[in-house]
Amino acid sequence: MYTRGYKLAVSVPPLLWVTLFLLIPYAMLFCYSFWAVAPGGATIVHSWNLGNYGELLHNPMYLGVLFRSMRIAGTVTLLALLLGYPLAYYLSFRAARRKDLFYQLVIIPLWVSYLVRGYAWKTILGSDGVLNGFLQFLHVTRHPVEFFLYSPFAVVITLTHIYTPFTFLPIYASLEHVPRNLVEASQDLGASPIKTFWRVIFPLSLPGVLAGATFAFVLTLGDFLAPLLVGGPSGIMISNIVVSLFGAAFNWPLGAAISLSMLLLVVGLLFLVERVEKRLSFS
Amino acid sequence: MTPEPTAAPLVEIRSLSKSFGARQVLRGISLDIAGGEFLTILGESGSGKTTLLRLIAGFEQPESGEIRMGGERLDTQPPYRRRVNTVFQSYALFPHLSVFENIAYGLRVQHAPKEEIPGRVNAALAMVEMTDYAHTPPTKLSGGQQQRVALARALVNRPQLLLLDEPLSALDANLRRAMQIELKALQREVGITFLFVTHDQEEAMALSDRIALLRAGALEQVASPREIYSRPATSYTAQFIGQTNLLEAEVRGGKARAGTLEWAANGTEGKATFSLRPEQIGLADPALPTVGDNTRFRGRIRNQTFGGATDLLEVSCHDGRVLKVRIASRGPLEGEREFEFRAAEAVRVRATED
Repeated sequence: MYTRGYKLAVSVPPLLWVTLFLLIPYAMLFCYSFWAVAPGGATIVHSWNLGNYGELLHNPMYLGVLFRSMRIAGTVTLLALLLGYPLAYYLSFRAARRKDLFYQLVIIPLWVSYLVRGYAWKTILGSDGVLNGFLQFLHVTRHPVEFFLYSPFAVVITLTHIYTPFTFLPIYASLEHVPRNLVEASQDLGASPIKTFWRVIFPLSLPGVLAGATFAFVLTLGDFLAPLLVGGPSGIMISNIVVSLFGAAFNWPLGAAISLSMLLLVVGLLFLVERVEKRLSFS
Repeated sequence: MTPEPTAAPLVEIRSLSKSFGARQVLRGISLDIAGGEFLTILGESGSGKTTLLRLIAGFEQPESGEIRMGGERLDTQPPYRRRVNTVFQSYALFPHLSVFENIAYGLRVQHAPKEEIPGRVNAALAMVEMTDYAHTPPTKLSGGQQQRVALARALVNRPQLLLLDEPLSALDANLRRAMQIELKALQREVGITFLFVTHDQEEAMALSDRIALLRAGALEQVASPREIYSRPATSYTAQFIGQTNLLEAEVRGGKARAGTLEWAANGTEGKATFSLRPEQIGLADPALPTVGDNTRFRGRIRNQTFGGATDLLEVSCHDGRVLKVRIASRGPLEGEREFEFRAAEAVRVRATED
């Protein structure tokens, strides 16, 4: 059907792109993860060993931060679902004519730079911030509350704010695809609106819930800006460690080992999600 | 056959109106549905028939008027409290539930005794001959099979009234005819009142005890298929159900005259419209004398369409009028012939603007 020349012309650029910017960097990362930093820490020696992976597994600092990152990612996912699902449901089933307006309102924050949103939370949560001012105005607190900012709490709040739209979108899409005559059929058969939601609408929206949860979890797990801006020492996440290992700490091999472990974790998760999603979709 | 009229009808619809924005879809519908009857709402698309069904099911709210079932107000109840079930045009089977669970749905949400559910679902499956498919997802079924499941899912709840929204329109012609026969047999078997909506007049004739012909949101005529066919009340009905010849005539002195046609007619004198079915006109034998109130006329055969058992002729009369005539198939005919019809078969109808 297509000539050899045409096939070559359309397939070579993407293959080249993938090779140059994905495969080669990953291969390099893979190699680095088995190398080591020479004593004195100035050069990297190409002596193949599993030392970096051992360090990752045995140093409680790395595992501790990894678990904290997963805990934060889990919390953000849960909060994003709790915020995103009702919003998506409202827009899809109840908003009627205001649907488009609300949809835009949810999307607009995505146009604003991540950094701006991060700094906004800094001003809200800080000791001279909006939240403390408000609490003092209400006489709930007498002195500024210090733990709002520079804590895992601040990271969770900021990341929930940033990633909720990513959770909302796939849920909204799956709710929009629920045939409305199924809702009518359910009520026709004697199910109240609440039963109809739990027995028909919710099960049919699960692929969207799963996709939204995956977005929130994976994006949060790899985030390093929010901890940097509002996390403080107690809010450090695994990506901050990778950043410092590749930067100031100059331990590329260990950084590469952590990066690859994270990558493996996320790919495994995505694989699992895809299998579950296949069982949940009925089209 | 129309069931014996009972003292009180099952469903009473009174002056029901509904608009969507500026468009009035139903204009003061009043209709009684007897318990156990198979009533068909027949109408063109846009006549309001689906809206009427949705009002009874509870998916739309009436603007004015009321619906009662068994003497109780129905239109103020939410859909899930009405003892009415619907077979949807697109079947609306739940894709995430098996055939069995689709049918069990109504029983489960209404808390039927748990031990009763498998028996009732299996009986419903057997009724529509879908027992072998109990654990199949509905997405794997053909249109006809989905149709059966939709029917079983509605009937298993033993509703007082079953609404069917053009349930056969998605099936191909042969399957549709087979399902019509099954549907009619099923309705007799379960004895549930069926309210069937269709735009297909042949389907309506084949299935119904009574037909309610809906036109632009108002009822044109409600009668048994035979009556509505042989005694159409209006020119619209006569044209919509079957084929007909509409004759604009002048009635005077016990005779109706339309051009060169003349036949015996009583009733109000003056202008009148008559409907004369093509099969009520036949070829006359010039050798025999005219009998009874038969009227004869001569016409030239312009066209003959073979239709299997019958042929449809287009006959052009001396005054230029063209009449459709249906006769038993009998080989090619041409030239001028003599035709006849019984005056009583020319039915006086109320003229309606088209």
